[in-house]
Amino acid sequence: MTPDTAAPVELVGLDKTFAASGGGAVHALSGIELRLAPGEFVSLIGPSGCGKSTLLRVVADLEQPSSGTVLVGGKSPRQARLEQDYGIAFQQAGLLEWRTVAENVELPLHVHGVAKAERRARAAELLEMVGLADFAAHRPSQLSGGMQQRVAIARSLATRPKLLLMDEPFGALDEMTRERMQAELLRIADETGAAVLFVTHSIPEAVVLSDRVVVMSPRPGRITDVVKGRRPRGAATTGGRGVDGARPEDAVDDVRESADFFTAVTEVREALRKGSQ
Amino acid sequence: MTTAVEGPRRRLRAGRVWPPVVFGVVALLLWELLVTVSGIPAFLLPAPSAIATQVVASFPTILSTAAVTGGNALVGLVVGFVLGVGLALLAARSRIISELANPLVSAAAAVPIVALAPVFTTMFGSTTELPRRLVVAVVVVVPVFVSTARGLAQVTPVHHDLMTALAATPTQFSRFVRLPGAVPYIMTGLRLAAPASVIAAIVAEYFGGLQNGLGSRITSAAANTAYARAWAFVVASIVLGLAFYLAGLLAERLVTRTPTRREP
Repeated sequence: MTPDTAAPVELVGLDKTFAASGGGAVHALSGIELRLAPGEFVSLIGPSGCGKSTLLRVVADLEQPSSGTVLVGGKSPRQARLEQDYGIAFQQAGLLEWRTVAENVELPLHVHGVAKAERRARAAELLEMVGLADFAAHRPSQLSGGMQQRVAIARSLATRPKLLLMDEPFGALDEMTRERMQAELLRIADETGAAVLFVTHSIPEAVVLSDRVVVMSPRPGRITDVVKGRRPRGAATTGGRGVDGARPEDAVDDVRESADFFTAVTEVREALRKGSQ
Repeated sequence: MTTAVEGPRRRLRAGRVWPPVVFGVVALLLWELLVTVSGIPAFLLPAPSAIATQVVASFPTILSTAAVTGGNALVGLVVGFVLGVGLALLAARSRIISELANPLVSAAAAVPIVALAPVFTTMFGSTTELPRRLVVAVVVVVPVFVSTARGLAQVTPVHHDLMTALAATPTQFSRFVRLPGAVPYIMTGLRLAAPASVIAAIVAEYFGGLQNGLGSRITSAAANTAYARAWAFVVASIVLGLAFYLAGLLAERLVTRTPTRREP
């Protein structure tokens, strides 16, 4: 399988147990089967302790699976990590305060020895993409929470990954900022063509962003259902950028206000309830 | 230690400068009055005016001896600082080094300089500044190592995850995250060590060796019953210690000055 046609993420029979204090074991993930198509947006949703973050961390090679097969773009997670095949964003922006906004975006390239001029150019391009070009020379603490998270997303895109791993990146934001960020993320996903594995515990967020919503339940963490998401695609999200007319937010708002959206939200909610019984 | 780092920014304002100045002047006047009125013998307590006369009279000697002692303190401070930061960096990288370095530094902290100085003087000879500089370095290593190690341990889990996800090498991890994050702590260590380096340099001179520093002048003046002159060198020592303290404070303020919003 060549890397181009390989699934961005492929999990077969994935199990993960943590040794618990007192000699026991916590079964964090059990029998996980999941395959992402190139460019696909998949959300993982479920109550706390269902292992959705652990699943993402296994894909990112931040945790090791106990058993099963994990392939990231056809490679082992470790190889994918070493070759910077994925970009990652966490709930906290995790920006380095001693670097400017632009230098934070450059960090992945800096770590991998990209020349300074090229780093600068790429950071400028990415900050333009997330609408923060005017803040390149600012310090992270001078930015609002939403702006910091946009910097973190720009940073995750620095190496042009075909896979984005996002662990509740909008979890700490207020509702208004959150909705705007969702529209931004959809536009970026469309522009870059990257597949996204997105952890959230917001049902509307999962529905509006995703091609597929993967519903999980705890003890042991497993996939109980998969619901079709209502991600708006293509020109709808990118068309209006920079010119008069529809803004990317509008296309997403249209989805949020449609009856079809509420049907999907209800479907996910019922799947969650069923899973927790 | 954290309160020292995050301590409120004191600003020099007339309202804060005057009280200690007035207090100092009044205290000196009372001292002068006490000595002249009650006739306290000079070997017990010389009058401030007598000390001031000696400061003026011995000024060239004071300058040259202060330069020697200050130079020793500075060399020891730099060596101890580099050693302390380097050791803390290594300890942060490797558990084995950490387990070796921690008791070593604790031992260094427990060594009284009065015990070390005569030994070093005998070991390295009494015609060189080396033993004094070594004493200073030993004294400086401890606070610098302790606060640097503390600073290096302040890595948040999200930064750890991020650098792992970026496949950063341990050296890059230190350079991009650990070390810059520890800078405020390192500077606190330097501020604590700076005045201590002067004390160590002066005390080290009390145990023989070259007679060219402030400490050796204090002992020789006192031995020759020139009490006012001994006090003049004590005054110079205080000034030197203050200069190091202020330099350390200034360095800390300059380096840790962040462009973030701060209360005016």
